Amino acid sequence: MYLECRVVDGARELRARGRWCAESATELARVVDEVEPAGPAAVLDVDGIEALDLTGAWFLHHLEQRLTQSGTAFEWRGARREALDFTGALLAHGPAGVPEVAGHRHEEPLGAIGRWTVQRGGQAHDEIDFLGRIVLVIGGAFREPRRLRFKSVVRHVYETGIQAVPIVALIAFLISIIIAYIGAQELRQFGGEVYVVDLVTLSVLRELGVLLTAVIVAGRSGSAFAAEIGVMQLNDEVDALRAIGLNVVEVLVVPRLLGLVIALPLLTVVADAMGLAGGAVMSWLVLDIPFNQFLARMQEAIAPTTFWAGMLKAPVFAFVIAMIGTFRGMQVRESSRELGRLTTVAVVESIFMVLFVDAVFAVIYWELDF
Amino acid sequence: MAAVAADPVVAVHGIVNRFGRQVVHDGLDMEVHRGEIFGIVGGAGSGKSVLLRTILGLQIPRAGTVEIDGRDLTQLRGAELRSIKRGYGVTFQHGALFTSLTVTENVQLPLIEACRLRAEVLEGLADLKIRLVGLPPDAARKYPAQLSGGMVKRAALARALALDPPLLFLDEPTSGLDPIAASAFDELLLYLQRSLRLTVVMITHDLDTIYRTCNRVGVIVDGRMISDSLEGIVRNPHPWIQEYFHGPRGRLASRPARLGTALADSPGRQ
Repeated sequence: MYLECRVVDGARELRARGRWCAESATELARVVDEVEPAGPAAVLDVDGIEALDLTGAWFLHHLEQRLTQSGTAFEWRGARREALDFTGALLAHGPAGVPEVAGHRHEEPLGAIGRWTVQRGGQAHDEIDFLGRIVLVIGGAFREPRRLRFKSVVRHVYETGIQAVPIVALIAFLISIIIAYIGAQELRQFGGEVYVVDLVTLSVLRELGVLLTAVIVAGRSGSAFAAEIGVMQLNDEVDALRAIGLNVVEVLVVPRLLGLVIALPLLTVVADAMGLAGGAVMSWLVLDIPFNQFLARMQEAIAPTTFWAGMLKAPVFAFVIAMIGTFRGMQVRESSRELGRLTTVAVVESIFMVLFVDAVFAVIYWELDF
Repeated sequence: MAAVAADPVVAVHGIVNRFGRQVVHDGLDMEVHRGEIFGIVGGAGSGKSVLLRTILGLQIPRAGTVEIDGRDLTQLRGAELRSIKRGYGVTFQHGALFTSLTVTENVQLPLIEACRLRAEVLEGLADLKIRLVGLPPDAARKYPAQLSGGMVKRAALARALALDPPLLFLDEPTSGLDPIAASAFDELLLYLQRSLRLTVVMITHDLDTIYRTCNRVGVIVDGRMISDSLEGIVRNPHPWIQEYFHGPRGRLASRPARLGTALADSPGRQ
């Protein structure tokens, strides 16, 4: 349809016809590929072309190039068209093709390990540097409290704390119902249904309340911190702050960090309360334990320190989440793909670090018999 | 003018755009004819970008029609609308290159979406367009963040030209460029427009660009457009237009020699 081919006296005659335009590029590519680069001579007649644009002209030149490369004597026939000459001039000008980047070299396993180690080392250095800057700003705030930027802190308490109350409350409530339900099933075999109260109160207050809250906050706010600061990086806003002479850690990092350190313990209180409420509702519905009995049993089960054992972890988790989120946001450079990658890294890393720190707490509490 | 008789490539009639109480366009009309470079001018907030977004179908107007090649965009859906969108190329004010792709990949993207082509062919076609806009070959493998402002504008133009559209929309193509780069971009645009017989619709603040490249100019004032040939619009008595073209900067840009070439160029195309 686009290219007719016939053989006259041993020489091939190709007739291009129809619309050689970008809209039919798929067909043009196929037609040009089908021409076999064989035979001593070929003539390309372009008189039959109805419309020709740069894409079509490129395909004609591409055909010429394929044929001449295989040793065929190539000849144009027909009225030269402007687009053809124009494309020819462009292609003739300068080096042919785009310079190839060096392909991926096969990397020795040892080299890969070494590279990874160096990268890790550099990053650990950056993280400690970042921590140091945070400490400097907070230390400086003792002399000059204005540097803490209370307005900004309040905004972050609202965004990371108050707005998260519904989801945290709901999840804490549901989880403790699940625990109470599974616990009741197992403990019923020993006739110890009343220990469901111990199970729920201890697990919610010591571990689950704060841990679930931290995981939810890491997903909500850790990602938000990384994305906000990352977009500011892409828009050169961070550089603008530096150019104005502001301390970026003071303006962007510390308010988020303080906001979260305030908000996460408060959210933990909500989660603890809702968790206990969920346990009480389940005990009443499934085990027929009335509320006053639940309360009495609960007071027996917990030590004065139980609540604080969970609560103490909240600000530490908040610090970890906020630091990782803002650090990853600061690392965003140049492209939107980096932004997505580093936001993901921030969430995964902060959830991992929360669990890791929780394990450290468990060991310390065990040793201290807390 | 003789060209008025020919059917316009872009015809906008009775466009009304409102945001809350703010009326941006109040029955705006605009016609762009084949083969001309049409400049859209207006003060800050006069709705130049909103007009462009309306023509591109990114903004639904409250009233009015947008016709490209005689087909009303506001009535079209699906495949028909896509086929019209392949008939024009667009560059945005800040380039809007995809930051996670190299220049070559940016140029290839429309081709990959529109056609099924082998990698070798894609490389060749992208290379052609990169040469076309005068980017150095080593720019092809770079990411947008590694390019200078002028190169970003050129790369954006290469992407807009990927499917050889007969119609181009440019949003402030020379803003943020130094005078040398801006004037080089003007020359590139004129060269491409003549070689490829493009129709160009261009938003610009750059008086030098207007005098050098535009055949006709449309000024948005009071939510409507006053459009005329370059020599006509300069004599328009509207106070804002007088201020625009005859303010201190306007007088400088219209130095007789330059206005002379701009005027001498325009009738030749009719």
